[in-house]
Amino acid sequence: MAMTVPDSIDVTALKRDFPLLTGATMHGQPVVYLDSASSSQKPTPVLDAMQDLYETTYANVHRGVYELGAKTTDLYEAARASAARFIGAPSPSGIVFTKNVTESFNLLAYSWGRANLSEGDVVVLSTIEHHANLVPWLMLRDERGIELRYLTMAEDFTLDLSRLDELLDGAKLLSVTAMSNVLGTLPPVRQLADAAHATGALVMVDAAQYVPHLPTDVTELGCDFLGFTGHKMLGPTGVGVLWGREELLDAMPPFQGGGEMIRDVRLDGFTPNDVPWKFEAGTPPIAEAIGLGAAIDYLTTIGMDAVRTHEMQLTGYALQTLRDRFGDSITIFGPDDVTDRGGVISFAFDGLHPHDISQVLDQHGVCVRAGHHCAKPLMRVLGVGATARASLYLYNDESDVDALADALDKSAEFFLV
Amino acid sequence: MPGLEDLYREIILDHYRNPRNRGELAVPPAHRVEGFNPLCGDEIVLFVEVDDDGTVRDIKISGQGCSISQSSASMMSSAVKGRTVDEVRDLTRAFKAMMSIHESSLEKDGTEPDDDLNEVPDVKLGDLEALRGVVKFPVRIKCATLAWITLAQGLEETAST
Ligand SMILES: Cc1ncc(COP(=O)(O)O)c(C=O)c1O
Repeated sequence: MAMTVPDSIDVTALKRDFPLLTGATMHGQPVVYLDSASSSQKPTPVLDAMQDLYETTYANVHRGVYELGAKTTDLYEAARASAARFIGAPSPSGIVFTKNVTESFNLLAYSWGRANLSEGDVVVLSTIEHHANLVPWLMLRDERGIELRYLTMAEDFTLDLSRLDELLDGAKLLSVTAMSNVLGTLPPVRQLADAAHATGALVMVDAAQYVPHLPTDVTELGCDFLGFTGHKMLGPTGVGVLWGREELLDAMPPFQGGGEMIRDVRLDGFTPNDVPWKFEAGTPPIAEAIGLGAAIDYLTTIGMDAVRTHEMQLTGYALQTLRDRFGDSITIFGPDDVTDRGGVISFAFDGLHPHDISQVLDQHGVCVRAGHHCAKPLMRVLGVGATARASLYLYNDESDVDALADALDKSAEFFLV
Repeated sequence: MPGLEDLYREIILDHYRNPRNRGELAVPPAHRVEGFNPLCGDEIVLFVEVDDDGTVRDIKISGQGCSISQSSASMMSSAVKGRTVDEVRDLTRAFKAMMSIHESSLEKDGTEPDDDLNEVPDVKLGDLEALRGVVKFPVRIKCATLAWITLAQGLEETAST
C-alpha cells in the first residue's frame, strides 16, 4: 500500500533505542514485539535514568536533609511535573503516583467512593471496560449496595449512546475507558463527560491505553479524574498515576495510612498531608516514577502527534494486510476506520483457538497476546472465550505486520491440514 | 529446544479435530460441573453420570478451549468411561504426576514426604501419554489439566450428594 504521507517516525533509527528489540531472540528468531497493549518495551534513556539514580543520587524522598535526599526528592517531584504537563493538567498537585492504574481505580473507589456513595447511588460504566474499571465498583456494590449501570457496545464496536441520558439519570459517577484494550475503540470522552456533567455526575477516565498513544489533555477531555499506567508507555512497572481535579482530591479522605501521607500524628489521631502526598502512603516507587518521567521526556521529544500519526498509518496497513491475505478466515473485532481506533487489533482466525495461534507465532518470534485481556464481560458480548491480539506502538513498522501475517499462514498450515 | 511437534502430537490434533463425547446429559441423573481457566478464558462444562455401584456410566463435554484443553478433555472422557470412581481417581493422580503436579510436595511439618504417600498409582495412561510434551510448555499445563480438575471436583460433588 503506497503511503501518501511520509511516516512521522523513523522506526529503524528508533528501534536502536530499545535494546530488547534489537538484541533479544525467541526460539532463535529476532523478536517481533506486538504486545505493547499489555506492556511496552523500554528505551535506553529510561533504563539509564533509573540506573543513574541508583548509582549517583539515590536516597529516600521527603525525608533527608542531606544533599542526596534533596536531589532525589527534586527528581521525583520533577517526574510529577512532567506527568502533569504530559496530560495537560493545570498543576502537579493533581498527580498522585500509584503502583499502576489498577491501584488508581481502587484508590478512587475506596476513597471517593466510600465518602460519596451510599445505597442506591448510581455509577455508570460500560461493557467494554477492563476488569480494573469493573471489579473495584463491583466490590463497592457488594459492600454499599450502589447500583451499576452499563453503556453497551454497538454493532460497529463503538459505545451505544442512544440510552446515554437515561443511564446517566441520577448518576454520581461515569467511569469509562478512553481506548478499549481489546477493540481499539476510542469512545467520545468529551461528549460523554459533557452529558455526565449535565446530570451532575463526575467523570473518571481509564486512559491506560490512551495516554501512551494519543496526545492527551484533561481539560479538553473534560474529565474530573483520569488514570494511566507507566509500563504501557515505555516506563517501568510499579508506577501509575491517578490525576484528579485538585478540589476533588482535597475533599477526599486518605486511601492507605502510614508515613508520607500525614502532617501530624498523635496517639489519639492524625492530620493528613496535602494532596498529592496524602494519597502516597509509605515510601513511593521513587526510581519507577523517575523512570516514568524519562519515558515521558522521550515520548515528548518524538511528539505524541507523530506517535499517533505513525500508529494510524501502521494500523491501516495492518488491517489492510490481514484482510487482503486472509479474507473471510479472519474476523477483526474493532472499528474499521483508523481515525476511530487505536492500534490494538483483536481477531479470531479460522476457528483456531487464540492460545494455539500464539503458540505457533511464538515459534516464529512473534509476541501477541491470547486470552480474555482482562475484559471477560466484553468477551461474552463478542461471543468468544478469548481473542488473539496484536498491538502496535511507535517502534513497530510494516515488517512487524508482515511477520505476523507470515506466522499466521504457518499456524493455518499447521492446524488445518 | 522443544518444538511444536513435541506439543501438538498427531493424536492430540486428532482429538481436537474430532472430539469424543461432546454434548450434554440430562441433569439429573447426570451431574453438571463447570471449570474455568482464568488465564485464557477457557471454559469447560462436564456432565458425568455415576452408577450406584460407583462406575462412571457416561460423560459428556461442552464448552470451549484450545486444542490442548479440548483434546485432553476428549481423551479423558474416553479413558474414564466405564471405570470406577476409584480407578478414575488413580488415573487423575497419574495424569497430574505426568504434568509434574504432585498432590503434596511437602508434609505439613516441613519434612520430606513419605515416599509411598506421594507414590504415583501404577496405571496405564495409554493415549494420554501423548500429552507428556505439554510439560515442556509450562504455560500450557493448566490447559491440559483443566478437564481433570473439573472432573475431580464433579466426582467429589456427586459423592457428597
Ligand atoms: C484499558 C486498561 N485499563 C487498565 C489496565 C490495567 O493496567 P495495570 O495492570 O497496569 O494496572 C489495562 C492493562 O492491562 C488496560 O489496558
